[in-house]
Amino acid sequence: MEITPLGDSAVVVRVYDDFASNPEAALEAVLNAQQRLEAAAIPSVVEYVAAYDSIGLFFDPAGAIEAGASPDSILDWLKKKIFAALARPIRANKKRARSALLEIPVCYDPEYAPDLGEVAGRSGLSIDEAVRLHRSGEYRVHCVGFVPGFPYLGGLPAELASPRRANPRKSVPAGSVAIGGAQTGIYPIASPGGWNLIGRTPLRLFDPQRVPPALVARGDRVRFRSISRTEFDSWTE
Amino acid sequence: MNEVLVTRVGFLTTVQDLGRVGHRQSGVSVGGALDTHALRVANLLVGNAAGAAGLEAGLGKLHLRFTDDRLIAWCGGAFEADVAGRILPPGQVAVVHGGEDLHLAPPSAGGRAWLAISGGVDVPIVMGSRATDRRARFGGLKGRVLQDGDPVKLGPRSPQAARIAEKLGSSRRSSWSAPNEWANTTRRHEFVRVVRGAHWSRFPPSALAAFQRETFMVTPDSDQMGVRLHGPQLMQVNPDEMLSEAVAPGTIQVPPSGQPIILLGDCQTIGGYPKLAHVITVDIAAAAQLHAGDSVRFAEVTLTDAQRWLLEREREVERFRIGLELKTR
Repeated sequence: MEITPLGDSAVVVRVYDDFASNPEAALEAVLNAQQRLEAAAIPSVVEYVAAYDSIGLFFDPAGAIEAGASPDSILDWLKKKIFAALARPIRANKKRARSALLEIPVCYDPEYAPDLGEVAGRSGLSIDEAVRLHRSGEYRVHCVGFVPGFPYLGGLPAELASPRRANPRKSVPAGSVAIGGAQTGIYPIASPGGWNLIGRTPLRLFDPQRVPPALVARGDRVRFRSISRTEFDSWTE
Repeated sequence: MNEVLVTRVGFLTTVQDLGRVGHRQSGVSVGGALDTHALRVANLLVGNAAGAAGLEAGLGKLHLRFTDDRLIAWCGGAFEADVAGRILPPGQVAVVHGGEDLHLAPPSAGGRAWLAISGGVDVPIVMGSRATDRRARFGGLKGRVLQDGDPVKLGPRSPQAARIAEKLGSSRRSSWSAPNEWANTTRRHEFVRVVRGAHWSRFPPSALAAFQRETFMVTPDSDQMGVRLHGPQLMQVNPDEMLSEAVAPGTIQVPPSGQPIILLGDCQTIGGYPKLAHVITVDIAAAAQLHAGDSVRFAEVTLTDAQRWLLEREREVERFRIGLELKTR
Protein backbone atom coordinates (compact mmCIF):
# COMPACT_ATOMS: atom_id res chain seq x y z
CA MET A 1 0.00 0.00 0.00
CA GLU A 2 1.33 3.35 -1.02
CA ILE A 3 -0.10 6.84 -0.41
CA THR A 4 1.17 9.62 -2.70
CA PRO A 5 0.21 13.30 -2.59
CA LEU A 6 -1.81 14.57 -5.56
CA GLY A 7 -1.09 18.26 -5.04
CA ASP A 8 -1.78 19.96 -1.70
CA SER A 9 -5.41 18.85 -1.26
CA ALA A 10 -5.58 15.23 -2.45
CA VAL A 11 -3.75 11.90 -2.26
CA VAL A 12 -3.75 8.70 -4.28
CA VAL A 13 -3.93 5.44 -2.33
CA ARG A 14 -2.63 2.44 -4.30
CA VAL A 15 -4.42 -0.64 -2.98
CA TYR A 16 -3.19 -3.34 -5.38
CA ASP A 17 0.26 -3.86 -6.83
CA ASP A 18 -0.19 -6.18 -9.78
CA PHE A 19 -3.21 -5.21 -11.82
CA ALA A 20 -1.80 -6.75 -15.02
CA SER A 21 -1.78 -10.31 -13.73
CA ASN A 22 -5.10 -10.13 -11.85
CA PRO A 23 -7.45 -7.29 -12.82
CA GLU A 24 -10.38 -8.96 -11.04
CA ALA A 25 -8.49 -9.06 -7.70
CA ALA A 26 -7.46 -5.43 -8.18
CA LEU A 27 -11.12 -4.47 -8.66
CA GLU A 28 -12.11 -6.33 -5.48
CA ALA A 29 -9.30 -4.60 -3.56
CA VAL A 30 -10.47 -1.19 -4.79
CA LEU A 31 -14.11 -1.91 -3.93
CA ASN A 32 -13.18 -3.15 -0.45
CA ALA A 33 -10.90 -0.19 0.23
CA GLN A 34 -13.55 2.23 -0.96
CA GLN A 35 -16.15 0.66 1.32
CA ARG A 36 -13.83 0.95 4.33
CA LEU A 37 -12.89 4.54 3.53
CA GLU A 38 -16.52 5.56 3.12
CA ALA A 39 -17.49 3.81 6.37
CA ALA A 40 -14.67 5.59 8.22
CA ALA A 41 -15.90 9.03 7.03
CA ILE A 42 -12.50 10.62 7.66
CA PRO A 43 -13.03 14.27 8.65
CA SER A 44 -12.02 16.79 5.93
CA VAL A 45 -12.35 14.23 3.11
CA VAL A 46 -14.62 15.65 0.43
CA GLU A 47 -14.81 12.87 -2.15
CA TYR A 48 -13.20 9.78 -3.65
CA VAL A 49 -12.39 8.77 -7.17
CA ALA A 50 -11.52 5.12 -7.59
CA ALA A 51 -9.59 3.81 -10.60
CA TYR A 52 -8.09 0.43 -11.66
CA ASP A 53 -5.80 -0.16 -8.70
CA SER A 54 -6.06 3.06 -6.72
CA ILE A 55 -8.37 5.49 -4.98
CA GLY A 56 -7.93 9.24 -5.19
CA LEU A 57 -9.07 11.00 -2.06
CA PHE A 58 -9.77 14.73 -2.07
CA PHE A 59 -9.63 16.65 1.20
CA ASP A 60 -9.78 20.15 2.61
CA PRO A 61 -6.59 21.06 4.53
CA ALA A 62 -8.52 23.58 6.67
CA GLY A 63 -10.94 20.82 7.65
CA ALA A 64 -8.00 18.59 8.60
CA ILE A 65 -6.72 21.29 10.98
CA GLU A 66 -10.17 21.60 12.56
CA ALA A 67 -10.19 17.82 13.04
CA GLY A 68 -6.90 17.92 14.91
CA ALA A 69 -4.11 17.79 12.32
CA SER A 70 -1.11 19.98 12.95
CA PRO A 71 -0.38 22.48 10.14
CA ASP A 72 3.08 21.09 9.40
CA SER A 73 2.07 17.42 9.24
CA ILE A 74 -1.34 17.30 7.53
CA LEU A 75 -0.20 14.55 5.16
CA ASP A 76 1.00 12.32 8.03
CA TRP A 77 -2.25 12.87 9.89
CA LEU A 78 -4.28 11.91 6.82
CA LYS A 79 -2.11 8.84 6.08
CA LYS A 80 -2.66 7.60 9.63
CA LYS A 81 -6.43 8.00 9.26
CA ILE A 82 -6.40 6.16 5.92
CA PHE A 83 -4.31 3.26 7.24
CA ALA A 84 -6.61 2.94 10.26
CA ALA A 85 -9.70 2.98 8.03
CA LEU A 86 -8.31 0.28 5.74
CA ALA A 87 -7.23 -1.94 8.63
CA ARG A 88 -10.68 -1.93 10.23
CA PRO A 89 -12.65 -5.15 9.72
CA ILE A 90 -16.02 -4.81 8.02
CA ARG A 91 -18.91 -6.15 10.11
CA ALA A 92 -20.63 -9.18 8.61
CA ASN A 93 -23.95 -7.37 8.17
CA LYS A 94 -22.14 -4.61 6.29
CA LYS A 95 -20.61 -6.95 3.70
CA ARG A 96 -20.86 -5.61 0.21
CA ALA A 97 -23.89 -6.82 -1.70
CA ARG A 98 -23.13 -8.92 -4.76
CA SER A 99 -22.56 -6.61 -7.69
CA ALA A 100 -25.53 -5.73 -9.84
CA LEU A 101 -25.89 -7.50 -13.21
CA LEU A 102 -26.98 -5.22 -16.03
CA GLU A 103 -28.10 -6.40 -19.42
CA ILE A 104 -27.39 -3.81 -22.08
CA PRO A 105 -29.14 -4.08 -25.45
CA VAL A 106 -26.83 -3.44 -28.40
CA CYS A 107 -27.65 -3.07 -32.06
CA TYR A 108 -24.70 -4.36 -34.11
CA ASP A 109 -26.17 -2.96 -37.38
CA PRO A 110 -23.37 -2.04 -39.85
CA GLU A 111 -24.38 1.62 -39.70
CA TYR A 112 -23.62 1.68 -35.97
CA ALA A 113 -20.57 -0.57 -36.25
CA PRO A 114 -18.17 1.04 -38.76
CA ASP A 115 -15.13 -0.69 -37.21
CA LEU A 116 -16.61 -4.14 -36.58
CA GLY A 117 -15.23 -5.60 -39.83
CA GLU A 118 -11.72 -4.51 -38.96
CA VAL A 119 -11.98 -5.82 -35.38
CA ALA A 120 -13.26 -9.20 -36.60
CA GLY A 121 -10.76 -9.42 -39.45
CA ARG A 122 -7.81 -8.94 -37.12
CA SER A 123 -8.50 -12.40 -35.60
CA GLY A 124 -9.83 -13.97 -38.77
CA LEU A 125 -13.41 -13.96 -37.46
CA SER A 126 -16.57 -13.34 -39.43
CA ILE A 127 -18.70 -10.40 -38.31
CA ASP A 128 -21.32 -12.77 -36.86
CA GLU A 129 -18.65 -14.63 -34.87
CA ALA A 130 -17.26 -11.36 -33.52
CA VAL A 131 -20.75 -10.25 -32.43
CA ARG A 132 -21.42 -13.63 -30.83
CA LEU A 133 -18.15 -13.39 -28.92
CA HIS A 134 -18.86 -9.84 -27.76
CA ARG A 135 -22.31 -10.68 -26.43
CA SER A 136 -21.27 -14.02 -24.91
CA GLY A 137 -18.96 -12.44 -22.36
CA GLU A 138 -19.69 -11.25 -18.86
CA TYR A 139 -17.90 -8.00 -18.17
CA ARG A 140 -17.13 -5.97 -15.09
CA VAL A 141 -16.94 -2.21 -14.71
CA HIS A 142 -13.39 -1.42 -13.60
CA CYS A 143 -13.65 2.33 -13.88
CA VAL A 144 -16.10 5.09 -14.73
CA GLY A 145 -14.58 8.16 -16.28
CA PHE A 146 -13.18 9.90 -19.35
CA VAL A 147 -16.61 11.49 -19.78
CA PRO A 148 -19.52 11.26 -17.29
CA GLY A 149 -20.83 7.71 -17.05
CA PHE A 150 -18.31 6.08 -19.44
CA PRO A 151 -17.76 2.49 -18.19
CA TYR A 152 -14.41 0.81 -18.79
CA LEU A 153 -15.34 -2.88 -19.00
CA GLY A 154 -12.87 -5.68 -18.36
CA GLY A 155 -13.43 -9.24 -19.53
CA LEU A 156 -13.27 -8.74 -23.31
CA PRO A 157 -12.51 -12.02 -25.17
CA ALA A 158 -8.86 -11.77 -26.27
CA GLU A 159 -9.78 -12.29 -29.96
CA LEU A 160 -11.60 -8.94 -29.93
CA ALA A 161 -8.81 -6.83 -28.45
CA SER A 162 -7.96 -4.01 -30.89
CA PRO A 163 -5.62 -1.05 -30.61
CA ARG A 164 -7.13 2.42 -30.46
CA ARG A 165 -7.51 4.10 -33.83
CA ALA A 166 -4.52 6.11 -35.07
CA ASN A 167 -6.82 9.02 -35.89
CA PRO A 168 -9.47 9.53 -33.21
CA ARG A 169 -12.92 10.58 -34.45
CA LYS A 170 -13.91 14.18 -33.73
CA SER A 171 -17.34 13.06 -32.60
CA VAL A 172 -18.51 9.60 -31.58
CA PRO A 173 -22.32 9.37 -31.24
CA ALA A 174 -23.87 8.81 -27.80
CA GLY A 175 -24.56 5.15 -27.06
CA SER A 176 -21.70 3.86 -29.22
CA VAL A 177 -20.31 0.54 -27.97
CA ALA A 178 -16.60 0.39 -28.62
CA ILE A 179 -13.39 -1.55 -28.14
CA GLY A 180 -10.13 0.08 -27.03
CA GLY A 181 -7.20 -2.25 -26.36
CA ALA A 182 -8.32 -5.12 -24.12
CA GLN A 183 -11.41 -3.26 -22.91
CA THR A 184 -14.86 -2.51 -24.18
CA GLY A 185 -16.84 0.58 -23.26
CA ILE A 186 -19.85 2.72 -24.09
CA TYR A 187 -19.83 6.43 -24.99
CA PRO A 188 -22.61 7.97 -22.84
CA ILE A 189 -22.57 11.33 -24.63
CA ALA A 190 -21.33 12.45 -28.02
CA SER A 191 -17.63 13.14 -27.64
CA PRO A 192 -14.33 12.80 -29.47
CA GLY A 193 -12.99 9.25 -29.23
CA GLY A 194 -10.37 6.85 -30.52
CA TRP A 195 -11.98 3.47 -29.77
CA ASN A 196 -13.29 1.08 -32.44
CA LEU A 197 -17.08 1.37 -32.85
CA ILE A 198 -18.85 -2.00 -33.01
CA GLY A 199 -22.47 -1.24 -32.11
CA ARG A 200 -24.85 1.12 -30.38
CA THR A 201 -27.18 0.91 -27.37
CA PRO A 202 -30.44 2.84 -27.13
CA LEU A 203 -29.98 3.16 -23.35
CA ARG A 204 -28.96 6.49 -21.83
CA LEU A 205 -25.84 5.77 -19.84
CA PHE A 206 -25.72 9.22 -18.31
CA ASP A 207 -28.60 11.54 -17.51
CA PRO A 208 -27.86 14.40 -15.09
CA GLN A 209 -31.57 14.60 -14.18
CA ARG A 210 -31.76 10.95 -13.11
CA VAL A 211 -30.79 9.55 -9.70
CA PRO A 212 -28.16 8.20 -9.93
CA PRO A 213 -27.13 9.93 -13.14
CA ALA A 214 -24.76 7.16 -14.27
CA LEU A 215 -26.43 3.89 -15.31
CA VAL A 216 -23.45 1.75 -14.33
CA ALA A 217 -21.14 1.90 -11.33
CA ARG A 218 -17.74 0.44 -10.61
CA GLY A 219 -17.96 -3.27 -9.85
CA ASP A 220 -21.22 -3.83 -11.75
CA ARG A 221 -21.39 -6.91 -13.97
CA VAL A 222 -22.52 -6.29 -17.54
CA ARG A 223 -23.82 -8.48 -20.37
CA PHE A 224 -24.71 -7.42 -23.87
CA ARG A 225 -27.86 -8.55 -25.67
CA SER A 226 -28.13 -8.22 -29.43
CA ILE A 227 -31.18 -6.28 -30.69
CA SER A 228 -32.37 -5.67 -34.23
CA ARG A 229 -32.42 -2.32 -35.99
CA THR A 230 -36.22 -2.27 -35.63
CA GLU A 231 -35.99 -2.84 -31.87
CA PHE A 232 -33.36 -0.12 -31.62
CA ASP A 233 -35.44 2.38 -33.59
CA SER A 234 -38.60 1.76 -31.56
CA TRP A 235 -36.82 1.69 -28.18
CA THR A 236 -38.44 3.72 -25.42
CA GLU A 237 -36.95 3.91 -21.95
CA MET B 1 -38.54 40.51 -13.70
CA ASN B 2 -35.50 39.58 -11.64
CA GLU B 3 -33.22 39.00 -14.53
CA VAL B 4 -30.29 40.44 -16.35
CA LEU B 5 -30.28 40.55 -20.10
CA VAL B 6 -27.11 39.59 -21.91
CA THR B 7 -27.17 42.21 -24.65
CA ARG B 8 -23.84 41.20 -26.11
CA VAL B 9 -21.66 38.35 -25.02
CA GLY B 10 -17.91 38.02 -25.29
CA PHE B 11 -15.95 34.91 -25.93
CA LEU B 12 -16.95 32.00 -23.67
CA THR B 13 -19.09 33.46 -20.90
CA THR B 14 -20.66 30.80 -18.68
CA VAL B 15 -22.66 30.49 -15.47
CA GLN B 16 -20.38 29.04 -12.76
CA ASP B 17 -20.32 28.45 -9.02
CA LEU B 18 -17.71 26.73 -6.84
CA GLY B 19 -18.13 23.46 -8.74
CA ARG B 20 -19.91 20.13 -8.74
CA VAL B 21 -18.30 18.28 -5.85
CA GLY B 22 -19.10 14.64 -5.08
CA HIS B 23 -19.64 13.16 -8.55
CA ARG B 24 -16.11 12.36 -9.67
CA GLN B 25 -17.04 8.70 -9.08
CA SER B 26 -19.37 8.94 -12.09
CA GLY B 27 -16.72 10.66 -14.19
CA VAL B 28 -18.21 14.14 -13.71
CA SER B 29 -15.67 16.99 -13.58
CA VAL B 30 -15.66 19.31 -10.60
CA GLY B 31 -15.72 22.27 -12.98
CA GLY B 32 -17.12 25.51 -11.62
CA ALA B 33 -15.21 28.79 -11.74
CA LEU B 34 -11.65 28.09 -12.91
CA ASP B 35 -10.57 30.43 -10.08
CA THR B 36 -13.03 29.62 -7.31
CA HIS B 37 -11.31 32.05 -4.96
CA ALA B 38 -12.03 35.01 -7.26
CA LEU B 39 -15.73 34.13 -7.53
CA ARG B 40 -15.96 33.60 -3.77
CA VAL B 41 -14.48 37.04 -3.05
CA ALA B 42 -16.80 38.73 -5.60
CA ASN B 43 -19.77 36.96 -4.00
CA LEU B 44 -18.86 38.14 -0.48
CA LEU B 45 -18.55 41.72 -1.78
CA VAL B 46 -22.18 41.75 -3.01
CA GLY B 47 -23.56 40.00 0.09
CA ASN B 48 -24.04 36.58 -1.50
CA ALA B 49 -23.18 33.23 0.02
CA ALA B 50 -19.66 32.31 -1.14
CA GLY B 51 -21.03 29.54 -3.34
CA ALA B 52 -23.65 31.56 -5.24
CA ALA B 53 -23.51 31.28 -9.02
CA GLY B 54 -21.98 34.13 -11.02
CA LEU B 55 -20.61 34.62 -14.50
CA GLU B 56 -17.19 33.57 -15.76
CA ALA B 57 -16.17 35.84 -18.62
CA GLY B 58 -13.53 34.70 -21.09
CA LEU B 59 -11.49 37.05 -23.25
CA GLY B 60 -13.60 39.74 -24.77
CA LYS B 61 -16.53 42.03 -24.39
CA LEU B 62 -19.55 41.43 -22.25
CA HIS B 63 -22.55 43.76 -22.09
CA LEU B 64 -25.30 43.21 -19.55
CA ARG B 65 -28.51 45.18 -19.08
CA PHE B 66 -30.14 45.00 -15.65
CA THR B 67 -33.90 45.01 -15.14
CA ASP B 68 -33.85 45.81 -11.41
CA ASP B 69 -31.47 47.20 -8.77
CA ARG B 70 -28.53 44.96 -7.96
CA LEU B 71 -25.07 45.04 -6.44
CA ILE B 72 -22.22 43.87 -8.62
CA ALA B 73 -18.54 43.13 -8.10
CA TRP B 74 -15.88 41.34 -10.10
CA CYS B 75 -12.39 39.89 -9.70
CA GLY B 76 -9.98 38.59 -12.32
CA GLY B 77 -7.58 39.65 -15.09
CA ALA B 78 -6.90 43.16 -16.37
CA PHE B 79 -10.38 43.81 -17.76
CA GLU B 80 -11.99 47.23 -17.68
CA ALA B 81 -15.51 47.35 -16.32
CA ASP B 82 -17.91 50.25 -16.28
CA VAL B 83 -21.34 50.56 -14.77
CA ALA B 84 -23.62 53.21 -16.26
CA GLY B 85 -20.54 54.98 -17.59
CA ARG B 86 -18.48 54.90 -14.39
CA ILE B 87 -15.40 52.71 -14.02
CA LEU B 88 -15.76 49.83 -11.58
CA PRO B 89 -12.33 48.57 -10.46
CA PRO B 90 -12.00 44.89 -9.52
CA GLY B 91 -12.70 44.08 -5.88
CA GLN B 92 -15.14 46.97 -5.28
CA VAL B 93 -18.89 46.77 -5.10
CA ALA B 94 -21.26 49.04 -7.04
CA VAL B 95 -24.98 49.64 -7.25
CA VAL B 96 -26.52 49.13 -10.67
CA HIS B 97 -30.10 50.30 -11.26
CA GLY B 98 -32.75 48.71 -13.45
CA GLY B 99 -32.18 49.83 -17.06
CA GLU B 100 -28.48 50.41 -16.56
CA ASP B 101 -25.65 48.51 -18.25
CA LEU B 102 -22.46 46.84 -17.24
CA HIS B 103 -19.73 46.75 -19.88
CA LEU B 104 -16.71 44.54 -19.52
CA ALA B 105 -14.01 45.44 -22.06
CA PRO B 106 -11.38 42.95 -23.27
CA PRO B 107 -8.39 42.57 -20.98
CA SER B 108 -4.95 43.99 -21.67
CA ALA B 109 -3.52 41.01 -19.80
CA GLY B 110 -4.96 37.89 -18.27
CA GLY B 111 -7.78 35.91 -19.69
CA ARG B 112 -10.72 35.53 -17.34
CA ALA B 113 -12.92 37.47 -14.90
CA TRP B 114 -15.63 36.44 -12.44
CA LEU B 115 -18.68 38.62 -11.91
CA ALA B 116 -20.99 38.33 -8.91
CA ILE B 117 -24.48 39.84 -8.83
CA SER B 118 -26.46 40.17 -5.58
CA GLY B 119 -29.03 37.38 -5.43
CA GLY B 120 -26.83 35.20 -7.61
CA VAL B 121 -27.61 33.72 -11.01
CA ASP B 122 -30.64 31.49 -10.61
CA VAL B 123 -30.40 28.54 -12.95
CA PRO B 124 -31.60 25.05 -11.93
CA ILE B 125 -29.34 23.08 -9.62
CA VAL B 126 -28.19 19.94 -11.44
CA MET B 127 -26.28 17.30 -9.46
CA GLY B 128 -25.76 19.72 -6.60
CA SER B 129 -24.44 22.66 -8.59
CA ARG B 130 -25.36 25.47 -10.98
CA ALA B 131 -22.01 25.25 -12.79
CA THR B 132 -22.00 24.80 -16.57
CA ASP B 133 -20.44 21.49 -17.63
CA ARG B 134 -19.59 22.42 -21.20
CA ARG B 135 -18.16 19.05 -22.16
CA ALA B 136 -21.19 17.04 -21.01
CA ARG B 137 -23.58 19.93 -21.85
CA PHE B 138 -25.58 20.28 -18.66
CA GLY B 139 -25.87 22.72 -15.76
CA GLY B 140 -25.63 26.51 -16.12
CA LEU B 141 -27.88 28.01 -18.78
CA LYS B 142 -29.02 24.99 -20.84
CA GLY B 143 -25.56 23.46 -20.54
CA ARG B 144 -23.98 25.97 -22.90
CA VAL B 145 -22.10 29.26 -23.11
CA LEU B 146 -24.20 32.43 -22.99
CA GLN B 147 -25.45 33.91 -26.26
CA ASP B 148 -26.48 37.41 -27.29
CA GLY B 149 -29.96 38.19 -26.03
CA ASP B 150 -30.07 35.49 -23.34
CA PRO B 151 -32.16 36.52 -20.33
CA VAL B 152 -30.48 35.23 -17.18
CA LYS B 153 -32.66 34.87 -14.10
CA LEU B 154 -31.40 36.27 -10.79
CA GLY B 155 -32.23 35.11 -7.27
CA PRO B 156 -33.64 37.13 -4.36
CA ARG B 157 -31.21 39.55 -2.72
CA SER B 158 -29.98 38.65 0.76
CA PRO B 159 -30.44 40.84 3.86
CA GLN B 160 -26.69 41.41 3.75
CA ALA B 161 -27.01 42.75 0.16
CA ALA B 162 -29.71 45.15 1.36
CA ARG B 163 -27.46 46.39 4.17
CA ILE B 164 -24.56 46.93 1.75
CA ALA B 165 -26.83 48.87 -0.65
CA GLU B 166 -28.00 51.04 2.26
CA LYS B 167 -24.41 51.65 3.35
CA LEU B 168 -23.44 52.71 -0.17
CA GLY B 169 -26.36 55.16 -0.27
CA SER B 170 -25.97 57.60 -3.13
CA SER B 171 -22.25 57.00 -3.58
CA ARG B 172 -22.94 54.08 -5.95
CA ARG B 173 -19.50 52.56 -5.40
CA SER B 174 -17.79 51.26 -2.27
CA SER B 175 -14.89 53.06 -0.67
CA TRP B 176 -13.72 49.65 0.52
CA SER B 177 -12.33 46.87 -1.61
CA ALA B 178 -11.00 43.36 -1.45
CA PRO B 179 -7.21 42.96 -1.07
CA ASN B 180 -5.62 43.91 -4.38
CA GLU B 181 -4.02 40.52 -5.04
CA TRP B 182 -7.44 38.84 -4.73
CA ALA B 183 -9.26 41.44 -6.84
CA ASN B 184 -6.78 41.83 -9.66
CA THR B 185 -5.46 38.37 -10.40
CA THR B 186 -3.36 39.42 -13.38
CA ARG B 187 -0.10 37.55 -12.96
CA ARG B 188 2.51 39.67 -11.22
CA HIS B 189 5.46 37.52 -12.26
CA GLU B 190 6.28 34.62 -14.54
CA PHE B 191 6.46 31.96 -11.85
CA VAL B 192 3.78 29.50 -10.88
CA ARG B 193 4.57 27.48 -7.77
CA VAL B 194 4.37 23.69 -7.85
CA VAL B 195 4.85 20.65 -5.64
CA ARG B 196 6.29 17.37 -6.96
CA GLY B 197 3.97 14.86 -8.59
CA ALA B 198 3.93 11.07 -8.15
CA HIS B 199 6.01 10.47 -11.29
CA TRP B 200 8.64 13.17 -10.75
CA SER B 201 11.41 10.56 -10.49
CA ARG B 202 10.47 8.96 -13.83
CA PHE B 203 12.05 11.98 -15.50
CA PRO B 204 15.84 12.28 -15.93
CA PRO B 205 17.73 15.09 -14.14
CA SER B 206 18.05 17.00 -17.43
CA ALA B 207 14.25 17.08 -17.89
CA LEU B 208 13.68 18.09 -14.25
CA ALA B 209 16.27 20.88 -14.60
CA ALA B 210 14.61 22.10 -17.80
CA PHE B 211 11.19 22.05 -16.13
CA GLN B 212 12.45 24.24 -13.29
CA ARG B 213 14.69 26.59 -15.28
CA GLU B 214 13.21 27.08 -18.72
CA THR B 215 10.31 29.17 -19.93
CA PHE B 216 7.20 27.53 -21.40
CA MET B 217 4.78 29.19 -23.82
CA VAL B 218 1.00 28.74 -23.69
CA THR B 219 -0.35 27.33 -26.98
CA PRO B 220 -3.65 28.34 -28.63
CA ASP B 221 -5.30 24.92 -28.13
CA SER B 222 -5.56 25.57 -24.37
CA ASP B 223 -9.05 25.65 -22.89
CA GLN B 224 -10.97 25.27 -19.63
CA MET B 225 -9.80 21.65 -19.36
CA GLY B 226 -6.12 22.42 -19.54
CA VAL B 227 -3.35 24.91 -20.33
CA ARG B 228 -1.18 23.34 -23.05
CA LEU B 229 2.45 24.36 -23.02
CA HIS B 230 5.26 24.44 -25.51
CA GLY B 231 8.87 24.35 -24.34
CA PRO B 232 11.76 21.95 -23.81
CA GLN B 233 10.64 18.34 -24.35
CA LEU B 234 10.32 16.52 -21.03
CA MET B 235 10.98 12.88 -21.88
CA GLN B 236 10.74 10.05 -19.34
CA VAL B 237 13.51 7.55 -18.71
CA ASN B 238 11.28 4.50 -19.22
CA PRO B 239 7.99 5.52 -20.79
CA ASP B 240 5.91 2.58 -19.52
CA GLU B 241 2.22 2.41 -20.19
CA MET B 242 0.45 3.56 -17.00
CA LEU B 243 -2.91 2.71 -15.48
CA SER B 244 -5.24 5.70 -15.28
CA GLU B 245 -5.72 7.17 -11.82
CA ALA B 246 -7.11 10.30 -10.20
CA VAL B 247 -5.99 13.69 -11.49
CA ALA B 248 -6.96 17.11 -10.14
CA PRO B 249 -7.14 20.73 -11.29
CA GLY B 250 -3.52 21.92 -11.08
CA THR B 251 -2.00 18.57 -12.05
CA ILE B 252 0.81 18.99 -14.60
CA GLN B 253 0.79 15.90 -16.78
CA VAL B 254 3.22 15.05 -19.53
CA PRO B 255 1.87 13.18 -22.58
CA PRO B 256 4.25 11.23 -24.87
CA SER B 257 5.01 14.44 -26.84
CA GLY B 258 6.95 15.67 -23.79
CA GLN B 259 4.99 18.94 -23.79
CA PRO B 260 3.30 19.44 -20.41
CA ILE B 261 -0.36 20.29 -19.79
CA ILE B 262 -1.63 22.09 -16.66
CA LEU B 263 -5.08 20.69 -15.91
CA LEU B 264 -7.82 23.20 -15.01
CA GLY B 265 -11.26 22.83 -13.38
CA ASP B 266 -13.04 21.11 -16.28
CA CYS B 267 -10.40 18.36 -16.54
CA GLN B 268 -11.23 14.66 -16.62
CA THR B 269 -11.47 12.83 -13.31
CA ILE B 270 -8.84 10.19 -14.15
CA GLY B 271 -5.87 10.25 -16.49
CA GLY B 272 -3.09 7.95 -17.64
CA TYR B 273 -0.24 10.38 -18.33
CA PRO B 274 2.64 10.75 -15.86
CA LYS B 275 2.08 13.45 -13.26
CA LEU B 276 5.22 15.53 -13.06
CA ALA B 277 3.99 18.19 -10.63
CA HIS B 278 0.95 20.04 -9.32
CA VAL B 279 0.26 23.78 -9.25
CA ILE B 280 -0.41 24.64 -5.60
CA THR B 281 -3.97 25.67 -4.78
CA VAL B 282 -3.19 29.33 -4.04
CA ASP B 283 -1.55 29.64 -7.50
CA ILE B 284 -4.50 28.14 -9.42
CA ALA B 285 -5.66 31.78 -9.77
CA ALA B 286 -2.50 32.51 -11.80
CA ALA B 287 -2.86 29.34 -13.89
CA ALA B 288 -6.46 30.29 -14.68
CA GLN B 289 -5.23 33.55 -16.25
CA LEU B 290 -2.81 31.90 -18.68
CA HIS B 291 -3.76 32.28 -22.31
CA ALA B 292 -2.20 31.70 -25.71
CA GLY B 293 1.15 33.45 -26.12
CA ASP B 294 1.81 33.89 -22.39
CA SER B 295 5.06 32.60 -20.96
CA VAL B 296 5.29 30.75 -17.66
CA ARG B 297 8.00 29.27 -15.45
CA PHE B 298 7.73 26.85 -12.55
CA ALA B 299 9.20 27.06 -9.06
CA GLU B 300 9.14 24.09 -6.71
CA VAL B 301 7.93 24.57 -3.11
CA THR B 302 7.32 22.07 -0.31
CA LEU B 303 3.96 20.48 0.32
CA THR B 304 3.93 21.90 3.85
CA ASP B 305 4.44 25.44 2.55
CA ALA B 306 1.72 24.97 -0.08
CA GLN B 307 -0.72 23.87 2.60
CA ARG B 308 0.39 26.63 5.01
CA TRP B 309 -0.29 29.33 2.39
CA LEU B 310 -3.67 27.82 1.64
CA LEU B 311 -4.59 27.78 5.35
CA GLU B 312 -3.44 31.40 5.72
CA ARG B 313 -5.58 32.44 2.78
CA GLU B 314 -8.61 30.64 4.22
CA ARG B 315 -8.16 32.52 7.52
CA GLU B 316 -7.83 35.82 5.63
CA VAL B 317 -11.03 35.14 3.67
CA GLU B 318 -12.84 34.52 6.94
CA ARG B 319 -11.49 37.79 8.39
CA PHE B 320 -12.51 39.57 5.18
CA ARG B 321 -16.05 38.16 5.44
CA ILE B 322 -16.40 39.23 9.07
CA GLY B 323 -14.96 42.66 8.25
CA LEU B 324 -17.61 43.19 5.56
CA GLU B 325 -20.35 42.22 8.01
CA LEU B 326 -19.08 44.62 10.67
CA LYS B 327 -18.87 47.41 8.10
CA THR B 328 -22.53 47.09 7.26
CA ARG B 329 -23.99 46.39 10.68
